[in-house]
Amino acid sequence: MTAPPLLAVEEIYTSYGLSQVLFGVSLEVAAGECVCLLGRNGVGKTTTMRTIMGLTPPGRGRVRWKGQDIAGRPPHRIARLGIGFVPEDRRIFAELTVGENLDVARRGAGGRWTEDRVFELFPKLRELRDRQGGVLSGGEQQMLTIARTLMGNPELLLLDEPSEGLAPLVVHHLGEQIGRLKREGLTILLAEQNVDFSLALADRVYVVEKGRIRFQGTARAFREDESIRQQYLAL
Amino acid sequence: MRLRRLPWPLVVLVAAFFVPALGSRFYTFVANDVAIWALFATSLNLMVGYTGLVSFGHAAYFGIGAYTTGLLMKKAGVSFLLAFPAAGLLAGAFALVFGFFCVRLTRIYFAMLTLAFAQIVWAICFKWNEVTGGEQGMPEIPYPSFDWMEGLAAVVPLVGGYRTSEYFYFLTLVLVAACLWLLHRIVDSPFGRMLTAIRENAERAEFIGINVRRYELAAFVLAGGFAGLAGGLFGIFNRGVFPDFVYWTKSSEVLIMTLLGGMGSFHGPSLGALVLILLNQQIVSYTEYWPLVLGTILVVLLFGFPGGLAGAAGALWTRAAGRFRRA
Repeated sequence: MTAPPLLAVEEIYTSYGLSQVLFGVSLEVAAGECVCLLGRNGVGKTTTMRTIMGLTPPGRGRVRWKGQDIAGRPPHRIARLGIGFVPEDRRIFAELTVGENLDVARRGAGGRWTEDRVFELFPKLRELRDRQGGVLSGGEQQMLTIARTLMGNPELLLLDEPSEGLAPLVVHHLGEQIGRLKREGLTILLAEQNVDFSLALADRVYVVEKGRIRFQGTARAFREDESIRQQYLAL
Repeated sequence: MRLRRLPWPLVVLVAAFFVPALGSRFYTFVANDVAIWALFATSLNLMVGYTGLVSFGHAAYFGIGAYTTGLLMKKAGVSFLLAFPAAGLLAGAFALVFGFFCVRLTRIYFAMLTLAFAQIVWAICFKWNEVTGGEQGMPEIPYPSFDWMEGLAAVVPLVGGYRTSEYFYFLTLVLVAACLWLLHRIVDSPFGRMLTAIRENAERAEFIGINVRRYELAAFVLAGGFAGLAGGLFGIFNRGVFPDFVYWTKSSEVLIMTLLGGMGSFHGPSLGALVLILLNQQIVSYTEYWPLVLGTILVVLLFGFPGGLAGAAGALWTRAAGRFRRA
């Protein structure tokens, strides 16, 4: 028998009050993979991430982490299991300094990530260590959010639209850093609208539309099938 | 030496020790009042300013502390040395029980529940005649014994010859300063930064792995405990403990001090306590419409200086310093 995937989302239905957002979303992420959720704005990518993280628990369905159902557990527990979330709004703690932002997120003593290692990945942050989080630029805040999440020593990184609202050069730079994390063996689930950015990183792709998975396959299969892109992603 | 670098809290503390030397019992009385309320307001600010939890029932813990010390010293004849820490411990224990339920609610519901618990405590103090003295309260709480000070005075010059109330004032200063120092250590620690993270965004704090409720409860218990210590001092200072210590108006008074002084800075609430008590003393002697004046001050403050007096002073200081440097 093969080991269960690191993360398996099984038929989740999630709603905010009366408005149903997810209609039976299922997906799997194996250890070491980079999986991308592609889809236009408002199709449920963020909700899927929030459901995995426990921020909006699903009405139905299971979220399995290493085979164990974690749906309904509080977010801080889920974070401590090894899932790190980098939200879309990438808001850092504005009144804390860069160093303090990293400090409050430190989890898992003796883990791989230390402040020094995080600064190696994002050298710019080292210079900004004593600066208040609120004065950083958008790109710097995005780096800090990722760095802060790494301080929790996650096994799986949930990245929600990391490229959104950043200048092309910054996006390029960010892509390289995420690629580096992937090569170091971190498992990544990426939600994106930016197809080129995602395909440079993803092993497999899920296309989401109106709260359902419409396509799943390797990045190569997705790239070769122009019709999917036309149907679900073109504006 | 630059003015800003002066250890201001220490300067204020040393200056405060000379208040009785001014020779007016009234000044000493006011200074003692301010010192106790400064601790009370700063304890509340641990919740309001640092954790972002607005409590409308903080007087509950102040009152529990006052009754604890009062009962122990008056009815059981326990020494102040034990009765004072007992006030903090019991208030903290009650805060643990009440807080357990309060931190499960958010925002206005949290605030309303803190108020509800405080009113329950008030009702008990008001009605439980056998223990609390009910409506009449508990007058004649004894002062701690200061005989040892007189003994000390035989050896060390200058420490003797004060009235008991003045000795108690010195004791208050030492204890309040120690408590404020502890509180400052707490908010400056990694624990304090967790609280700031929670205040900024509780959800964000939660998903980076912070157990938000547990930290909020810890802040609640610490705030309650320090309020209890303030209450313990206040009962003795006031020469009696009465149910209105626990009434909601006390909770709002301490909240106003915190806002007036500025919840964004550590010493803001102490400044608020000083200003509010002095204003009250002054204005009451001119007019009976003190609440009207207070209301006006608050409106101006909330719109003009959202950072409170401490925030406004900081801004003025920065501007003045800038002008000075350019000149």
